[in-house]
Amino acid sequence: MRRSASSVTPPAERKTEVAKLIDVSKCIGCKACQVACSEWNDLHEEIGFNTGSYENPHDLSPDTWTLMHFTEWDNPDTGQLEWLIRKDGCMHCEDPGCLKACPAPGAIVQYSNGIVDFISDNCIGCGYCVKGCPFNIPRISNDTHKASKCTLCSDRVAVGQGPACAKACPTQAIVFGTKEQMKHHAEGRIADLKSRGFANAGLYDPLGVGGTHVMYVLNHADKPSLYAGLPDNPRISPVIEAWKGATKIAGLAAIGFAAVFGVVHRLVAGPNAVTPDEEKAAAKLTEGGA
Amino acid sequence: MTRSPQLHPGDPVIVDRYTAAARANHWVTAVSLILLAVSGLAFFHPSLFFLTGLFGGGSNARMLHPWIGVILFVSFLGLFTKFWRENLWTRVDGTWLARLRDVLAGHEEKLPEIGKYNAGQKMVFWSMSILILLLIVTGTIVWDQYFYDFTSIPTKRIALLAHSILAIVAIIVWIIHVYAAIWVRGTIGAMTKGTVTGGWAWRHHRKWLKDLARGKSDDDMRPAE
Repeated sequence: MRRSASSVTPPAERKTEVAKLIDVSKCIGCKACQVACSEWNDLHEEIGFNTGSYENPHDLSPDTWTLMHFTEWDNPDTGQLEWLIRKDGCMHCEDPGCLKACPAPGAIVQYSNGIVDFISDNCIGCGYCVKGCPFNIPRISNDTHKASKCTLCSDRVAVGQGPACAKACPTQAIVFGTKEQMKHHAEGRIADLKSRGFANAGLYDPLGVGGTHVMYVLNHADKPSLYAGLPDNPRISPVIEAWKGATKIAGLAAIGFAAVFGVVHRLVAGPNAVTPDEEKAAAKLTEGGA
Repeated sequence: MTRSPQLHPGDPVIVDRYTAAARANHWVTAVSLILLAVSGLAFFHPSLFFLTGLFGGGSNARMLHPWIGVILFVSFLGLFTKFWRENLWTRVDGTWLARLRDVLAGHEEKLPEIGKYNAGQKMVFWSMSILILLLIVTGTIVWDQYFYDFTSIPTKRIALLAHSILAIVAIIVWIIHVYAAIWVRGTIGAMTKGTVTGGWAWRHHRKWLKDLARGKSDDDMRPAE
């Protein structure tokens, strides 16, 4: 298990990695997953407004950990209008940007099965995870000042159950199992899609973040960004890497160097003290005028 | 010619250097800067996270840090308006800087006569002015509770990195500032009692002392007419 802002050594042996596979080609956009998520996690999103899209609410929030995005796309190759529906939420990166950015020890953990979880008791609400995430997933509540996101139902997985969203999905567009099983399952789905004319069908398991524990089967895997801006090549921002890498070490070293320089200089140069002659000269100047 | 009322003859001569208002302003700035450095370092490196305990835990430190930043900014603005004119760069500052080796060795007899501030003090003043301005700007960008909606995440990432680096530089400038005050004996009294001895002024700021002897007073010390 990995732990934010801590120097614990991960155990040599990992639990079997788990993964959730979301097959967008089988999704009918019913939002049963969204409802199951809020039900299981006891989330109460505010009632919003209809702006002419099925997308509701309009963004992830502290009370919406998964959200169906609806994109209408004119496929220039076929002349067909395609309705691309993608269930958005935490991707549970193998190399999580949120965990890298987090300053609070133990506020973000990655279990050895790959699930990335936020531990609210340790969270200080700084929002660094929001900047660390390459997928724009974590949200900070302005009421509780805690970060939240999909837990991959770590509490259900711990007792051998699948995530609530997978359980609720009526078309089995969401399936859950070991990462190997899910990759294998995806292969079958991709072969099927290819045989039905989706030449670019493929698996979304981006290497830039070391792979993810939530994967997509996309019918246009060559263009992930079609699906409501799913990043084509996600990776932890180099700015975040520089901040949490070189800056952290070089910064403290520079401060330490300045302090050591002062001590050494004081020892070598001695105090810079006023002499009695200088006091006399000042007295003469002051009393005598200019 | 009558000497400035800042000069008090005696053994030793006492020279008024800072008014009570200037000193209060300085110490508000100093305390806020230290609290900001302590809480900021706690967020900067996990090995220093325990420092949040001084603020009542991580969440409180996260909540207080930006407000202390606002206090620092306003307080420093007070110092800036009082002292910017006396910190303008002059030709003699270039000479002083070129002889930094003599400065560090304490050979002040080899340096030109200096006014109220030497080049080192002026550089501390101007670098802090610039750093604090940039820190309040980058800090506001990442003050999510009130300003989250105003900038994009990529902008906030750059602001975080910049804020960290600027803060490191500010802490180093602060170390130089504090060390110089300790090394140059008789300096601390300027900010506690408001006075220095005539000999101190003669040794380190002779032009300033001569001006006072000629009856010219500091801007913020001139008695009300």
